[in-house]
Amino acid sequence: MQSDTLAGAAITFDGVGKSFDAKGGSVMALEGVDLAVAPGSITGIIGRSGAGKSTLLRMVNGLERPTTGKVMVGGRDVGTAKGARLREIRREVGMIFQHFNLLASRTVRGNVALPMEIAGVPAAEIRRRTGDLIARVGLEALADRYPAELSGGQKQRVGIARALATGPKVLLSDEATSALDPETTQTVLRLLAEINRDLGLTILMITHEMAVLRDIASHVAVIEGGRIVEQGETYDIFTAPAHPTTRSFLSGVTGVTLPRFLADRLTAERPGGPSREVIRITFLGERATDPLLAEMSAALGVEVNILAGAIEEVGARPFGNLLISVPAERGAEARAYLESHQQRTEVLGYVG
Amino acid sequence: MSANLINMLLEATGQTLYMVAVATVIGAVAGLPIGVFLACSRKGELLSAPAVNKVLGILVNATRSVPFIILVVAIIPFTRMVAGTSIGTTAAIVPLTIAAIPFIARLIENAIREVDSGLIEAARAMGATPLQIIRKVLIPEALPGITLGLTLAVVSLIGYSAMVGAVGGEGLGDLGIRYGYQRFMPDVMAAVVVILIVLVQAAQSLGEWIARRVDKRAPRNRGA
Ligand SMILES: Nc1ncnc2c1ncn2[C@@H]1O[C@H](COP(=O)(O)OP(=O)(O)O)[C@@H](O)[C@H]1O
Ligand SMILES: [Mg+2]
Repeated sequence: MQSDTLAGAAITFDGVGKSFDAKGGSVMALEGVDLAVAPGSITGIIGRSGAGKSTLLRMVNGLERPTTGKVMVGGRDVGTAKGARLREIRREVGMIFQHFNLLASRTVRGNVALPMEIAGVPAAEIRRRTGDLIARVGLEALADRYPAELSGGQKQRVGIARALATGPKVLLSDEATSALDPETTQTVLRLLAEINRDLGLTILMITHEMAVLRDIASHVAVIEGGRIVEQGETYDIFTAPAHPTTRSFLSGVTGVTLPRFLADRLTAERPGGPSREVIRITFLGERATDPLLAEMSAALGVEVNILAGAIEEVGARPFGNLLISVPAERGAEARAYLESHQQRTEVLGYVG
Repeated sequence: MSANLINMLLEATGQTLYMVAVATVIGAVAGLPIGVFLACSRKGELLSAPAVNKVLGILVNATRSVPFIILVVAIIPFTRMVAGTSIGTTAAIVPLTIAAIPFIARLIENAIREVDSGLIEAARAMGATPLQIIRKVLIPEALPGITLGLTLAVVSLIGYSAMVGAVGGEGLGDLGIRYGYQRFMPDVMAAVVVILIVLVQAAQSLGEWIARRVDKRAPRNRGA
């Protein structure tokens, strides 16, 4: 790919809606979707099954057309493009699939060459570029094998090499690691992150694995019932998920859980007698290691119990999660103190 | 068996092979585009044209539902037009081919429809035209199925070719009827049957062998 100067293209959805004709009426798959995907970003799309993720992704290369609104890729309107113009846009948008979709009748080399044959690239150049692409995904030794002779991870590498063959500005991934084991998933993701870094192309990916996003996505969009319910930088979404859907997706991936004996006794309402308020503190960035709790204890004279805690990373940025309890009557004061020191707090409940 | 009879058997075998080969080749050449079109013109498919698909489907079914022996007789005027005569081996190729085309078209349609729709989607995403998808994806991926379909067509045509004796066609079937049955020469009849069995077996084995070689879907076929 040496000769190509690749750069990512921006993708924008502007008031996009999509309805499908179905038996007994039509299905609204997407409604009022506004989304700006930054050029060169890795943007993750999450949402439940049937939420509209694939429909959204498939609009970027015109496999689906918007019923309303506008989809732009690199400044070109893909939603209305037809014929040769649409095919030209498609050559700038690579796609990888959950089930790889490789041709069983072609070797690794043949599969990687296919998009270039379709684009009418001269044979000599196809040969050269095919070699480069296969090397990029580390499959030199398997270049003459057929897909049936490859493992799932190797097949997806072929899929990635094929998707890069026409020098795209955007790479779409529809659950590309869902059929792979965790270890293979990791290597495929590292490859995608590497490609994003080296070639600068924009990656838009659907995934069910939050750990995938945490590790490689710079941005996240959450989709629910055909609408984008939350979007932003991965770090912000992971450390302060606003929408209940996002929270339920992230639970178990980030944040520590309450010890069982406390969780069982936790009540949402403050009980009558003396009780303690359980607070989740999300430490952001550098402050994660500050001895803030000791300072608060000294400054306010409140007794703080630390219940559980962990420090994690989103991207390469650390954030901490700490569960503490303070006397219920001092809760508001303690939270105000923490907030004034740029910490996020959340009341989980009370124990009597 | 006399040298004369052996010569006749050899000649008849040659005539049968000639009729079947020509009918298969023309049938495949004409049946391929029809089969591809039948597979791709269904509603929502690559060349979505449901109305045309329907009409063509009915036409194909109609041709296939005419018993071969009736087809042979019914198209005699057409055969005379094409072959210049309605009698003889070359003339017999006409009804054989007319029967082969819709049969092969259906077999190819089925083979094409077996191709995973994910591959069509991947090709569309690459910016392929419908024609490129057909040439570079559908036909190569369906090749094992197409090969088995053509094998079935050859075997069926060997059987059909035995019937064209009824209108002056020649070949093994004709020989079997005229000598084996009408002149009551059971050894000729037996020889004809044995040769037909061998031909069918050979066609079947060859077809399966080729299909295995072009089928890369299972790892065991490496190096083919
Ligand atoms: N081609 C189609 N025809 C009819 N309905 C469809 C089609 N594609 C998707 N849908 C419907 O649109 C909704 C969103 O589908 P999809 O985008 O595939 O969801 P996801 O990828 O999030 O699971 C679903 O209700 C689905 O049934
Ligand atoms: Mg989906």
